[in-house]
Amino acid sequence: MEKNSKEIQKKLTTVKYNCADSSHLSVNQEICAKCKEKTCTFICPADVYIQDENTGQLVVQYENCLECGACKIACPKKNIEWRYPSAGCGVVFKNS
Amino acid sequence: MNIEYNADVIVVGGGPAGISAALEVARAGRKVVLLERSHYAGSKNMYGGAVYTHALKEVFQEDFDKISYERVINSHTWAFLSEDSSFELTYKNSSNNHAYAIKRFNLEKQLIELVKSKGVYFCPDTLVVDLVTNENRVIGVKTSIEEYLAPVVILADGVNSLLARKIGLRQDFKRHDFILSAKEVYKFDKKTIETKFNLKEDLSNGINKQYFGSDFGKLKGYKNLFMMSFLYTFKDSVALGVGVNLEDLSKNKLNISDVLDEVKKHPHIAPLIENGEMIEYSAHLIPEGGYKKVPALYSDGVIVAGDAAGFVNGVHFEGTNFALISGKLAGKAALHALEKEDFSASTLSVYRKYLENSFILKDLYSYRNIINNLYKRSNSLSVYYPNKIKEFFEIITSANCTSKSSQIRKFAYNFIFGRNPLDTIKDMFAFLKCALDVFFGK
Repeated sequence: MEKNSKEIQKKLTTVKYNCADSSHLSVNQEICAKCKEKTCTFICPADVYIQDENTGQLVVQYENCLECGACKIACPKKNIEWRYPSAGCGVVFKNS
Repeated sequence: MNIEYNADVIVVGGGPAGISAALEVARAGRKVVLLERSHYAGSKNMYGGAVYTHALKEVFQEDFDKISYERVINSHTWAFLSEDSSFELTYKNSSNNHAYAIKRFNLEKQLIELVKSKGVYFCPDTLVVDLVTNENRVIGVKTSIEEYLAPVVILADGVNSLLARKIGLRQDFKRHDFILSAKEVYKFDKKTIETKFNLKEDLSNGINKQYFGSDFGKLKGYKNLFMMSFLYTFKDSVALGVGVNLEDLSKNKLNISDVLDEVKKHPHIAPLIENGEMIEYSAHLIPEGGYKKVPALYSDGVIVAGDAAGFVNGVHFEGTNFALISGKLAGKAALHALEKEDFSASTLSVYRKYLENSFILKDLYSYRNIINNLYKRSNSLSVYYPNKIKEFFEIITSANCTSKSSQIRKFAYNFIFGRNPLDTIKDMFAFLKCALDVFFGK
C-alpha cells in the first residue's frame, strides 16, 4: 500500500504544536545513504522523514513530529538520534 | 561526601505513574518535586480513551469523586471484521463504572491540581536531560537549566524512557516489543452521539469497541498483521484508532495512518464517524514486551514506574491502572528508603516485592507468553477466523433454500481442511496455552 502523504498532511493540520527552534531529531546522512530499507520514510505517522529526490538526502521535518518514538526503534541502522524537544516545546495533544 | 539535596524525592514525568508516585510521597509529608517536560501535563499523552476507576480510587481516595469525566464506559464490544461483515459480542452493564472516558489533557490537568493541593511541587516546562550520579548512585537530575538533587529519583518518563535506558536499567528496544497506534478524534454534537450509539444524556454510559480482523479494503493481501482497532465514545466526540505491531508495519512497509484510513472505510465503521469533524490526529507507542521485557526496576537511588517499565497488559487494554498503582508503589518504596535513610538498590528492592504482591507483576507474569502466542497466530486472528465467522453466519442467516446440514458439514470440512490442518492444531494449542497460563497464573 502506497503511503498517502497528502492525507497525513491533512490530518496534521488538526494537531497543535509549540514549535522548537531546533530539531530534536538527527541522523547521520552517510549511514542513511547506504540504507536500503529507509524504514523511517514510510513508518512515521507524521511523515517526518522525506528523501529529497534531487539530492538523495534525508530531510527531517521535525516540526511535524508527534513524539511517538517509532522511527528510532524501527530504524534498521539505529541511526536516529531521538531526543525530546526542548522544554515546553513540541506536540500538544488536547483531545487524545 | 555530604550532598545538599533539594528534595526528598524527584519524580520525572507528569503522567499517571509520576503523579501517583508524587502523591504517595507528599501524603507522608516528604518534599517531592514532580518534573514535566511539557507545558501541560497530559499533552504528550495518548491512549485508547478510558482510565480505570478502581486504580484512580485507590490512589486518590477521598478526592476521587472530584475527578470529572466525559462518559462512563460500561459497554464493551468485541467485534470480528471481514470485508463486508462484522460479528459483534457486547457486554453491557449500566450500573458498573469501572472506566471513565476522558481526554488525557483533561485527566492529567485535574490530577495535577489534586496533587498540588496535597503538597507536591509541580514543575512544568522542565526537561530532564540526564541523571546526576555520585559513585554510581543516582542523586538527582540534570534539567536543561540546572541540577536538582534528591536521594531518590523515580523515573515515570513514559514508553520512550530515555533516562531508564541511559543508566542501563532498560535493554535495547526491539520493534517486535511495541505496538504503534494512531488515533483520530471526531467531534459531533452531544445529541448526535447519543442517538448514534443509543447513549443516555446524563453521561452515565458510553461505549468501547475492540475490533479484530484486517482482511478488508487495501489491507487485503497482508496476511499476518497483528492488529486491533478500537473506538471510544466521549461526551461530544468519538475516538477511533488502530494499533499494529511495529515489526509488522516495518516488514510490510505500512504506515499506521494508511492502516487507520482503511479501518475508517470499513462499511460497519464508516457510519460511526460519518459527518463528524476530525479535531485531532495522534500517535503513540505501546510497550507490549510484557514480563520478559520488564527492565531492571531499580538501582542505587532510582526507581522506574509506568510505561517506562513496560507495565501494560495489551490483551485487556490495561495501562493506566498499571501506571497509577506502580507509581504508588514506587512512592511507597521511596518512603521506605527515606525512613531507613538508605538509598541503595538493596533497600529499594522492596519495590519489586510490592509489585510482586500486587496485580502488576502477577498479571504480567501470567500473561508473559500470551501476546507472543497470539502474535504467532496473527493470520488466524486477523484473517482466517473473521472470514470463517462470516461464512458460518451466512449459512445461519441466508435461508438460501439449501439443506442446513449439508452446508454445515461443508463448512466444518472447509474449516479444518480449507487450509493446512496443522494451522488449526497450532491455533488450538496456542489458545489452550493462553488459557492455561492465565488459569494457573499468579
